[in-house]
Amino acid sequence: MNMKNKIQYGFWMLFLIAFTTSCDQKDSTKVVEGNAAEQAYVAPGEYDEYYAFLSGGYSGQITAYGLPSGRLLKEIPVFSQYPENGYGYSEETKPMLNSSYGFVPWDDSHHIELSQTEGEFDGRWLFVNGNNTPRIARVDLTTFETVEILEIPDVAGLHCAPFITENSEYLVSGTRFSVPIPQKDVPIDTYKENFKGLINYVSVDPEHGHMELAFQIEMPGYNYDLARNGKAVSHGWSFLTTYNSEQAHSLLEVNASQKDKDLMAIVNWKKAEEYMEQGKFTERQTSYYHNLIDESTGIAESKEQTLTKILNPKELPGMVYFIPVPKSPHGCDVDPTGEYIVGNGKLSADMSVYSFSKLMKAIEEENFDGDIDGIPIINYEAGLHGIVKKPGLGPLHTEFDGRGNAYTTFFISSEVVKWDVETKEILDRQPTFYSPGHLMIPGGETRKPDGKYLLAMNKITKDRYLPTGPELAHSAQLFDISGDKMKLILDFPTKGEPHYAQGIKADKIQPNAVKFYDIEANEHPYATLGEGKTKVERDGDEVHVYMTAMRSHLAPDNIEGFQVGDKVYFHVTNLEQDWDVPHGFAVQGATNAELLVMPGQTRTLLWEPKKVGVYAFYCTDFCSALHQEMSGYARVSPKGSDVPLKWGLNEELRNNQQAAHDFYDEAKATAEASK
Amino acid sequence: MKKLKLTVFLIALMIVYACGGGGSEQKSEQQSEQQAKEKDTPESIKQGKGIGEVKEVELTVELDDKMIERGREIYEMKCSSCHKLTDQRVVGPGFAGVTNRRKPEWIMNMITNVDMMLTEDPEAQKLLEECLTRMPNQNVKLEDARAILEFLRHNDMDKTGKKDQAIEI
Repeated sequence: MNMKNKIQYGFWMLFLIAFTTSCDQKDSTKVVEGNAAEQAYVAPGEYDEYYAFLSGGYSGQITAYGLPSGRLLKEIPVFSQYPENGYGYSEETKPMLNSSYGFVPWDDSHHIELSQTEGEFDGRWLFVNGNNTPRIARVDLTTFETVEILEIPDVAGLHCAPFITENSEYLVSGTRFSVPIPQKDVPIDTYKENFKGLINYVSVDPEHGHMELAFQIEMPGYNYDLARNGKAVSHGWSFLTTYNSEQAHSLLEVNASQKDKDLMAIVNWKKAEEYMEQGKFTERQTSYYHNLIDESTGIAESKEQTLTKILNPKELPGMVYFIPVPKSPHGCDVDPTGEYIVGNGKLSADMSVYSFSKLMKAIEEENFDGDIDGIPIINYEAGLHGIVKKPGLGPLHTEFDGRGNAYTTFFISSEVVKWDVETKEILDRQPTFYSPGHLMIPGGETRKPDGKYLLAMNKITKDRYLPTGPELAHSAQLFDISGDKMKLILDFPTKGEPHYAQGIKADKIQPNAVKFYDIEANEHPYATLGEGKTKVERDGDEVHVYMTAMRSHLAPDNIEGFQVGDKVYFHVTNLEQDWDVPHGFAVQGATNAELLVMPGQTRTLLWEPKKVGVYAFYCTDFCSALHQEMSGYARVSPKGSDVPLKWGLNEELRNNQQAAHDFYDEAKATAEASK
Repeated sequence: MKKLKLTVFLIALMIVYACGGGGSEQKSEQQSEQQAKEKDTPESIKQGKGIGEVKEVELTVELDDKMIERGREIYEMKCSSCHKLTDQRVVGPGFAGVTNRRKPEWIMNMITNVDMMLTEDPEAQKLLEECLTRMPNQNVKLEDARAILEFLRHNDMDKTGKKDQAIEI
């Protein structure tokens, strides 16, 4: 594109943006018709048909919604500290946020991937990426809690992640920003010479879901944006879009949009596995963290990893290919048959659809147009199934309904367009409000999509809801896609900035929901398995309080003998064994957060009293009619004070020695008496 | 009188909280409801065995040491927050003498089927009126409930010198 064309193009885009964002609500009321409310209505006490998991973008978290009602079910803390339940603040969960950069209490979560078996969602785990500190997290879908976080070394902006293969063999990711590898102090304008990209394969243990960095493939220094893995016929291959094949390092919005086409990387990961088995990798020293929660204790452990295995396509033929894809592509999406791959060139007026069998034929016939760093470039026409002509402006992402139709979001023209994958014919278009990024059809990336609903996640909200000052919640729109025409049935605000979502039939998750943790299986080293075992122990400046919570008291609830400067660890065990009875714990002067302790669980809050006095602590979760009574006092004396350590509940305070043995002695005596 | 009113209010409040509705019927309705209820009262409740999965419990005069130990373990973990082994009431009633007051089936149903017991069994309801805290479901297995019963029989021997008096009644 020459300069004049570019100016025209820019003007056109600005005009369209101005046009779409100035639409008022009247336009959207026109598109809602008939019994829309009835279709999204889930009566009180009834359940939704689907779970939808939306990433939180800059919130770093995930939200779970019910569809079609749009009910918010839970916000699941993943990459960001969450004072609401103590995630990232409690001693048990703090290690989850460790990385090679230290403790990083925030991230930018983008893409949700549900675990798959034979190309279908199996409802076991959810994976999501952290963009800023390159990480992948795993959420256990029986507890809806984050249980594992793996850092990815030597990449920057892990946007292109964590795309799953059809039997959850691997999570594929690529670096969004190329950087010097290993990191070094070089001028930025040596980009072409020093900056490289990596495509990463993380293996998933089929039994426990544990993640491990299997290998990394060294790639040219482009920006890797989004990916999908092959399925059915194309299983064993990955497809990743790149932009900035210009290798610009400044003003990318202009300089990375020069070429008419960028590239899609095509990886034969079965071949990569063969090379790994043959030992054809090099090892590099690096640093990345693996954080995992132990199921029996509930405690996260951080381990630094120092070695990564690299495969180099220059030396290992048949593993990686490129094919041109229209200007600055975003999504590259594989249809349910695995045969068609859609390249969404966001600055192109047309969309390219590739054919897997044609790609394979082109590779077999070596129909290449040269190479980049030893990576063959497949001839564009040879791999093409066809072009969708002028479907809209700014195609970003495509999903499928399992009936041969594709649905693509168009950011600039603010719409969802339905088209036929085989004939490339456009069948329907509906406006969204406004400017959608990704869309989601439950199972829409799998072999068997559930083509009933489509959720568009919009980037611009403007006038959709009552105003809340300059900052607005993002909007999402739900369409019924069961008929020929898409029908808007619901509009709801979302948390953070959902980039992508996945939806799954509720019956794949609901029956496995954990209702409480079995107290008898609690192996937390500071668990108090029974009120008689509560105690307080001092070890130098450290004081450990073994506390229990039961409707409606904390035990012990009177504690004396703390001193200014102590590090007090409140280990609170919730002795309840019923659903929906968490207890909370908060103490005045704590500079971290509160704890929410699920039934049968032990959680620990660190309290460092700074001033002499008597401080109240209490249960924060309205647990019972006498919740307001569920409280206690902690007495803090000056440092070096001779006030002895004492604690109790509804009785005279006892000292350390006594309490540690009283219960045991009593039990022993009764046991002996019975003989 | 004031105290009584407060108690009634608190009970009503708890029922509303626990069941999520009701609690404001007219007195006459309540009475007729009560009469209807008595008609439909399950036989096991009339027999003082409560309601639930436990219909008949065979007891042996000799106590089973293994069961006592298991019962003690569960008691310490799941029950001791609210029930003392003496006759002192804290959150719930003290356990001393419980097998002399309640039939073994009633005790085991109370442990394993507490929600229904508090809804249907008048004796359980009386205790709720006294204690004002709804006993939680601690998800105790039947087998473990039997062990707790053995532990309570043992505790009764220890504290009162007799056990299982409720059976003879």
